[in-house]
Amino acid sequence: MIRNSASEMAAKLAAGETTSVALTQAHLDRITAVDAEVHAFLYLDTEGALAQAAAVDAKRAKGEKLSPLAGVPLALKDVMAQKGIPTTCGSKILEGWRPPYDSTVVAKLKKNDIVILGKTNMDEFAMGSSTENSAYGPTHNPWDLTRIPGGSGGGSSAALAAFEAPLAIGTDTGGSIRQPAAVTGTVGVKPTYGGVSRFGLVAFSSSLDQAGPCARTVLDAALLHEAIAGHDPKDATSINAPVPQVVAAAKSGDVKGMKIGVVKELNGDGYQPGVRARFEESLELLAKAGAEIIEVSAPNFEYALAAYYLIAPSECSSNLARFDAMRYGLRVGDVDGASAESVMNLTREVGFGKEVKRRIILGTYALSSGYYDAYYGSAQKVRTLITQDFSKAFEKADVLVSPTCPTTAFKIGEKANDPLAMYLNDIATIPVNMAGIGGMSLPSGLADEDGLPVGFQIMSPVMKDDRMYSVGAALEAALLTQWGAPLLDKAPIMGGAR
Amino acid sequence: MTLSYDDVIAKYEPVLGLEVHVELNTNSKMFCGCSTVFGAEPNTQTCPVCLALPGALPVVNEKAIESTIKIGLALNCSIAPFSRFARKNYFYPDMPKNFQISQYDEPICVDGYVDVEIETDEGPKKFRVEVERVHMEEDTGKSLHVGGATGRIHGAEYSLLDYNRAGIPLVEIVTKIVPGTGKYAPEVAKAYVAELRDILRALGVSDVKMEQGSLRCDANVSLRLIGAEKLGTRSETKNVNSLRSVERAVRGEMIRHAELLNAGGRVVQETRHFQEDTGLTRSGRSKEQAEDYRYFPEPDLVPVAPDAAWIEQLRATLPERPSIRRKRLQEAWAVPDKEMSAMINADVLDIVEATVLLGSDPTKARSWWLGEISRIANDKDVAIADLAITPHDVAAIVALVNAGELTDKLARQVVEGVIAGEGKPSEVVAKRGIKVVNDDGALMAAIEKVCAEQAETAEKVRAGHLPAAGALIGAVMKETKGQADAAKVRSLLLSHLGQNEG
Repeated sequence: MIRNSASEMAAKLAAGETTSVALTQAHLDRITAVDAEVHAFLYLDTEGALAQAAAVDAKRAKGEKLSPLAGVPLALKDVMAQKGIPTTCGSKILEGWRPPYDSTVVAKLKKNDIVILGKTNMDEFAMGSSTENSAYGPTHNPWDLTRIPGGSGGGSSAALAAFEAPLAIGTDTGGSIRQPAAVTGTVGVKPTYGGVSRFGLVAFSSSLDQAGPCARTVLDAALLHEAIAGHDPKDATSINAPVPQVVAAAKSGDVKGMKIGVVKELNGDGYQPGVRARFEESLELLAKAGAEIIEVSAPNFEYALAAYYLIAPSECSSNLARFDAMRYGLRVGDVDGASAESVMNLTREVGFGKEVKRRIILGTYALSSGYYDAYYGSAQKVRTLITQDFSKAFEKADVLVSPTCPTTAFKIGEKANDPLAMYLNDIATIPVNMAGIGGMSLPSGLADEDGLPVGFQIMSPVMKDDRMYSVGAALEAALLTQWGAPLLDKAPIMGGAR
Repeated sequence: MTLSYDDVIAKYEPVLGLEVHVELNTNSKMFCGCSTVFGAEPNTQTCPVCLALPGALPVVNEKAIESTIKIGLALNCSIAPFSRFARKNYFYPDMPKNFQISQYDEPICVDGYVDVEIETDEGPKKFRVEVERVHMEEDTGKSLHVGGATGRIHGAEYSLLDYNRAGIPLVEIVTKIVPGTGKYAPEVAKAYVAELRDILRALGVSDVKMEQGSLRCDANVSLRLIGAEKLGTRSETKNVNSLRSVERAVRGEMIRHAELLNAGGRVVQETRHFQEDTGLTRSGRSKEQAEDYRYFPEPDLVPVAPDAAWIEQLRATLPERPSIRRKRLQEAWAVPDKEMSAMINADVLDIVEATVLLGSDPTKARSWWLGEISRIANDKDVAIADLAITPHDVAAIVALVNAGELTDKLARQVVEGVIAGEGKPSEVVAKRGIKVVNDDGALMAAIEKVCAEQAETAEKVRAGHLPAAGALIGAVMKETKGQADAAKVRSLLLSHLGQNEG
């Protein structure tokens, strides 16, 4: 049952073949069986999940009209505030903090009767590409437990790949939904910036952060996307427009006559051969499905990574200033006679990890007077140029595509001491955040050289998220026909159960 | 030895700069829905947003933007078609986010002015104070430092934090430098803040209570030798909590600077705190090393781009400029300067005008509000506006007096009754059975009775000793329970006793 897609589970629930309590319990059992090895979860809300499941079952028994995913379990990235449930962002500094409020995403999940199993591991404050920066230890990739599950949302992607949950929420600032999806053979979508409310998403980089759906199929992602998207008056940057028809697009999967632009700059040198091979193969399948494949150029993408590592740290240096031991979270050095300043300093010294400190220092420097124009100012100009590159490309193509990441999952510890090598992982995903457009990663097969999953990225214009779902569904269907079974069936069997 | 003010201005020219912070009187805070009512229990008016809980986001209060645009228009500013919020980053425990959302290089209003008039040796003179910018920001929380000297953080044992004020909408109004005021710098500073206060009050955008901190003034003062081009080093005096203090602070700083300069010293660029008791300032934070606030555009908010039609709509609703209105009313009512000042100081101008508009004559309206009603408010220690008497009531009472249905003395009883909550004037009259005894027969009966009782006194009057009539009139009034018109009693009594006042 746990290997079904979310929509299959929903169908069984609707047909009365199972109950949400049974389904939730099955996932809780699975987590108990495998999570010691995977370490996808930081907190399991067994009681809350079962209570929520029982409530949905009761509603269904009464014949109430329920939402499409009602009763289906989900794993929540620990960056999302959920009332009464520990929310750490993978950081020591928030250890023990229980939010007194629900994020808008959580409120919508609850409203849709989606059962929240618990909170998933992540790089501290979503800064990282491997989940190794979590203060609570790394998460392991179910395809190979010695490898990283991607990051920052490695807990969510690993939970999906290990069948600990059929759905998950991720957040994507520079690729934190798509890169973990790519390296775990799952589906991850970063909606258009402003498409999903950021209220209650603990900010890393406000102008780049975007929550989105993680799943094992394109349709499941679409169903979750519609459940969490929409205008929110509590988020000033939320777009006040109808949610794109992503479920309809995922169901139709029609790409006939669509123009698919291959971004010249997001391929070639630095991309693993197996990654390139799977990408080319996917392009052929899309062409066979009736799409027209063209090449587009985005000359300013080469500056995207550099600009990103000025903008994101700058915003983070300001966003993370609030963690000062005064009102919540960790407090260190609060002894008689200690000043507020020394308590703040000690708490931040102990509470933040190395990567977070690195970025706070970087951002503080980039915003300093005398350096602002050269760093933050220039980065904003690059951002405008990247947005213009996308606009021009979208004049020629309906969607753009690229490999999601240059490589497959690397070994835990391999890049831990080389931040630049780590940052390069996000080279193909970052431009999407810089321009605020939509991006999806879905599995395109396994690399021949290492047998690990490869991700295929689809990018769509602002609020045209439906387009990436059409293309994603078409490719998924073609690949499934070719493979004969979902890619995850090729992953090692864990916990003795299928 | 303290330098005299005359010595200061004989040698130096003062240059002013004024920064005024105004708390807007919106019902909710700048970026969340929390209440802004003053004086609530500490930390009861807070939420995830103004406590800066992880994940919380600000949303701009539209009403605050409207109020700020109105202020900008009233100060003759241009309204920017596009302005942005920025983060001002610095750590302080009473600032929950450890950054303040403010405006930096793209304020909402720029380039305005305020004209003020002050009395000079050569008579009234007008000064133009130019406004550089008006921008929006949020207030911080309040720290209460316990155990140290004079509430300062230095030496305190511990500090208490109240976040009720965190996020209250603030508008900062910054002048350009104001040169050329000469010896009148203190008066100009005071007049500017007073005019600003009146404008803001007329706009209805703030309580403008300096003592509660809803209007706060920082006075920047520097001196330069008369004739010099280069500006001197300035000090910024904070904690100036009344109009009088503005004047005193500027004067005090001018003298302090001059003493320093005369002694060959230099003025330190710093924040200074005004002390109400001594009128002196105390050294605060040094500003010699400029703090780096790492301003950058607030990514959680979208730019403010007010519609031009909306701005014009707001412009059309602007009230008359207070200084112009005062002149107009003073002329129309023919009020002497002293009385006019009394009304302004007692803050009854609006209420008197409303009473006049309801048909009362200005002198009577003024005398009720400034006299009897002010006295009752004083006794009860409440604001006039908080008494249960309205311009409608006063106008009705004045009308009753004019119609001869009440005497002034009876009218005072009616005022008392209205304030005591007994109803409208007509209801108080009815309930208390107040009426002027106009019936000549009833009055004559009382007069005859009194004259019989006090025959000796009556004889004196009859003999032409008129001052003796007072006692008889008093007795008649008592007899008629104060409901008679004293003038009428007098005239009837005198004619009864064969006297004629002609």
